[in-house]
Amino acid sequence: MNYSRYQLISLTVLRVLVGWHFLYEGISKLINPYWSSAAYLLDSKWLLSGLATTIVSNPTLLGLSDYVNMWGLTLVGAALLLGLFSRYGALTGMVFVLLYYLFAPPLLGLEYGRPGEGSYLIVNKNLIEACALWVLYSFPTSHIIGLDRFCVKPESN
Amino acid sequence: MSDQTNQQKNTNVERRELIKSLATVPVFGLFLVNLWRKMRRDSLMKSNLLSDLVQEKSAPAIISSLSDSRHLNIGIIGYGGRGSHLIRGAGFATKGWTDTVSENARKNKLDKQFKTYMTQEDLNCTLVGVCDLFDVRAEQAIDASKNEVRSGGKPKATAKRYRHYTELLANDDIDAVIVATPDHWHSRITIDAAKAGKHVYCEKGLTRTFDEAIKVYDTVKKTGITFQLGHQNRQVEANEKAKQIIKQGLLGKINLVELATNRNSPWGAWVWGIHPEGNEKTIDWKTFQEPAPNKIPFGEEALRRFFRWRCWFDYGTGLSGDLLSHDFDALNQIMDIGIPKYASSSGGIYYYKDGRDVPDVWNATFEYPDKDLTVLYSATLSSNDPRGNRIMGHDATMQMGGQSGGGSVHGFIVTADSESTQYKERIQDGIINTKYPIYTYSPGSKQIDGVTSATSKYFANKGLLYTYREGKRVDPTHLHVKDWLDSIRSGGQPKCNIEVALHEAVACHMATESYFKGRRMEWDPVKQRII
Repeated sequence: MNYSRYQLISLTVLRVLVGWHFLYEGISKLINPYWSSAAYLLDSKWLLSGLATTIVSNPTLLGLSDYVNMWGLTLVGAALLLGLFSRYGALTGMVFVLLYYLFAPPLLGLEYGRPGEGSYLIVNKNLIEACALWVLYSFPTSHIIGLDRFCVKPESN
Repeated sequence: MSDQTNQQKNTNVERRELIKSLATVPVFGLFLVNLWRKMRRDSLMKSNLLSDLVQEKSAPAIISSLSDSRHLNIGIIGYGGRGSHLIRGAGFATKGWTDTVSENARKNKLDKQFKTYMTQEDLNCTLVGVCDLFDVRAEQAIDASKNEVRSGGKPKATAKRYRHYTELLANDDIDAVIVATPDHWHSRITIDAAKAGKHVYCEKGLTRTFDEAIKVYDTVKKTGITFQLGHQNRQVEANEKAKQIIKQGLLGKINLVELATNRNSPWGAWVWGIHPEGNEKTIDWKTFQEPAPNKIPFGEEALRRFFRWRCWFDYGTGLSGDLLSHDFDALNQIMDIGIPKYASSSGGIYYYKDGRDVPDVWNATFEYPDKDLTVLYSATLSSNDPRGNRIMGHDATMQMGGQSGGGSVHGFIVTADSESTQYKERIQDGIINTKYPIYTYSPGSKQIDGVTSATSKYFANKGLLYTYREGKRVDPTHLHVKDWLDSIRSGGQPKCNIEVALHEAVACHMATESYFKGRRMEWDPVKQRII
């Protein structure tokens, strides 16, 4: 895929910023011994609320959910930031944020216990970030700027 | 020349390749540097905060057990809502109850009530005697004694029903009795039980009147029985932790404490259900109202009074004995405040105009001039506003229960005061932010529980429904009964013994008396009377 200079820069900046966000979300959970996905899951509404209750009420599943979240976010973040396997990273990251969206979508008539940090109607930051990751998956940049460049055959000029 | 140029070109291409490949690595480096700086700052702030503030490491309380040492036979006098909970705490639940809660747990995976009951320790006791003036409840208590669904060993006997408590006390096989009748019967039964050599667990409030409280105190002291008052908050770990924090001076000088009760449901206002089988044949109304100052014939009004007795001063003291008593005792546990010098109170029946004579909005003030302390209590039964209790010091405020920052406070939080002397430098240096707690105690924060009704949440927030021991959820009522039984075995004093029971009783009766007399009441510690 051929990008103009500005397209390449803007896509790379987007990738790095989303990567940074994921990486810190993951690491901040890893270093906090009290963090648990339970609070988020307990407040779940709509389609996946039943699944959320099942996870929360089963210590093994909850532990697994915590583990997958902490390490998943960290690895996706590092992948995007460094540009290593970043298409897989973008896809996995998209699944993560889409799940966060689906566990607690800001739909009409759904009230959440935790205080929100913005005002949302159907669209929230999770959905936008999922969309951004979709863009990053569709327009990869890591084979041009990023460690993935080591893995691909250099284009013959 | 051309080779050289080609070589240089190749080197340039390789260098460009490398630069492009590693272009975002410096950003990763920047991330790591900032992460390290943040972690360092957080850990510095934490060590600055906690190293000299919270000196004692918080080891969770360990439950020691004396249950194996001596088997005890117990009796229950008054098997209503509270009595049945206490008997469950001893290990005996009705089949109806175990069926319902196991079904609830099956339907709602977050409901841990059944699991908590089934994993509670076997207290090595048998329920052998039952006394209740309502046939249905007496039968339920007998059912509980023989229900095989329980933790630990199987029941060793089917409890015998006694029509009158004196007959139950006459049974020499009974070592100890739980008194969970309405308050107007507490003193007479406790005194007679103590004289009969039975150990007593008595529900709060201690008595209906001040004079009765003094008589109970004197009798318990004279007979030397093991007496426990039913303030299960004494078993709640958050209160012990709060005590430690205050002892260490984290809050500075404390001059004001605010205690609050907020409820907003008929159940919370004691409008309890009238049992369909309650009638003149199934209820011994004559005995029920024997110690009450005003007597009425059996009828509709009597049924209301029998099942909703907390609404009348003939049988209890309303908010004072039911809810102030809990908060006062918890504060006494945390701060050792003892009996106040002065108390005044006021209120009225402003919402539930249903024939009751106890106020549904009520405020009480307690003065401790020797401790430079005022304790305020305010209660409403027509608002669920989650205020929580607040211990206000010059350097910091401790909030227990209620809400803060948009979330519920389970346990307590301590927040520094912007004008604090002790934390002045730390606040200036940005180590302490007065907007955020400097200490948070959140028991079982990784534990999940589905507490549903508003009244359940009220009790859970005050730590009266469950507490945590070694990460395991335990019912404080079970721990409180266990503490009493263990004290009987060891000859020691239980946590809510007669000394602290007297503090609660006198403070509450001073406030109730003030409501009746419309003036401030004073405690005379020498003559042991209210003036």
